[in-house]
Amino acid sequence: MQYPKELKYTKEHEWAKINEKNVTIGITDHAQSALGDIVFVELPPMGKTFKQGETFGVVESIKAVSDLYSPVTGKVTKINETVIKEPSQLNKDPHKSAWLIEMEATDIQTFQNLLNSDDYTHYVEKLK
Amino acid sequence: MQLKQTSLFEEHKKLGGRLVDFGGWELPVQYTGVIDEHLACRKNAGLFDVSHMGEIEIKGADAEAFLNHLVTNNIANISNEQAQYTTVCNHSGGIIDDVITYKRSKENFLVVVNASNTEKDFAWFKKTAQDFPYKNFTLTNESPNYTQIAIQGPRACEILQKLTSVNLSGIKTYWFTTGKILNTISAIIARTGYTGEDGFEVYTQWYDGPKVWQALLEVGQPLGLKPCGLGARDTLRLEMKYPLYGHELNDVTNPIEANLAWVVKLEKESFIGKQAILKAKQDGLTKELIGLKLIDRGIPRQGYSVFTGDKSTKIGVITSGTQSPSLNCAIGIAYINKNSNPTIGSRVTVEIRGTKFLAEIVSTPFYRPKPSNS
Repeated sequence: MQYPKELKYTKEHEWAKINEKNVTIGITDHAQSALGDIVFVELPPMGKTFKQGETFGVVESIKAVSDLYSPVTGKVTKINETVIKEPSQLNKDPHKSAWLIEMEATDIQTFQNLLNSDDYTHYVEKLK
Repeated sequence: MQLKQTSLFEEHKKLGGRLVDFGGWELPVQYTGVIDEHLACRKNAGLFDVSHMGEIEIKGADAEAFLNHLVTNNIANISNEQAQYTTVCNHSGGIIDDVITYKRSKENFLVVVNASNTEKDFAWFKKTAQDFPYKNFTLTNESPNYTQIAIQGPRACEILQKLTSVNLSGIKTYWFTTGKILNTISAIIARTGYTGEDGFEVYTQWYDGPKVWQALLEVGQPLGLKPCGLGARDTLRLEMKYPLYGHELNDVTNPIEANLAWVVKLEKESFIGKQAILKAKQDGLTKELIGLKLIDRGIPRQGYSVFTGDKSTKIGVITSGTQSPSLNCAIGIAYINKNSNPTIGSRVTVEIRGTKFLAEIVSTPFYRPKPSNS
């Protein structure tokens, strides 16, 4: 699996696409594959703030419940309603159309804690 | 700890099964995906490796008397080549296990037990045997010697029939026979299962497993047969509200509470747990096993609390829950306090991550399989 170069990653298998202060967030292909058929997504309300590493939502597969951890510190500015209505989109296109939320980062220092594509690829390889 | 493997371990790897630790067994939770496998079983057929199940044999002149002392159902009521679902209880009426007994004759029984309970059950059987006045029977744990394969679904009979000269349509539900598969492999062929669909459970010698598995896939795949993992096995049984040990059943719950009064024959002279179950019935049961459907968005899971519709009072707990692949909604099984008067159609709430979501008590099974034509 290719993990796009333009994304940053967490060890909890979220990705973040950073455009200055604006950050789009999703789960990685590894995460969706490990979960299996995703049937439920719970996302936070607009305007809610999270620190890096805090739980901002939940995805559930048939078998498992998995927390979502915020890759950055900031405020929720957008929610992808499509994945709430069709959670299976997360299995099909996790790195693009099935993004979860957008945040406005309030502490760009926290970006430094994220992994780049190569580091995340190595990290996932070691989990196998 | 070294995980145990069934005779079909290499088959699961070849098929790309995702292997997990399931109670000490390395078994596939899924191959292509839980929903895909679940729907294949409902529409055509599913193939399951259930070799982790335990097999205990009881043989001898006193076998029937002893087994009837152990189980709550009445094994004397069935004929040779008939199977019976039953619970095995402790002296307090709590369920030690739920099992299927296969009656080969009055002197020869096969008891199929839950994988995770095999050692516990066998120890209980042996201890009970010591205290039992009649001694003319033997108990053996044959679990390592059997491969058990389940083929389930509306096309299961048609597919299995291609591999055997045994007339399968002559085997009624919960009956079995012995015969050959692929001309030479000795098998017990039972019309039993855990999906709600028509189908069979086939028991062979351990080493014959791969040949039977491969042949079933070969003749079955063109008819829509798919290998199914433990994930689909769980969602299929849940849609039927079939209980699962460790979820709906445990050693402090009696079979009446678990909605299994139909496997408790209180008119039987004596069996372990009878006095306790009688007393519990006289005192009045405190909880009831019900099915519910979420009205709000959310999926109930084991351990979540159930509250009244107005959210004020806790009245129960979820024992199993999932998103139903057949119905495309969230379903759950729960124990509810009797005094909250749970009835079909009444509204309750389920607490999920601190928020209470609206649900409705519904009639079960949640899903009714379409009748098979064979």
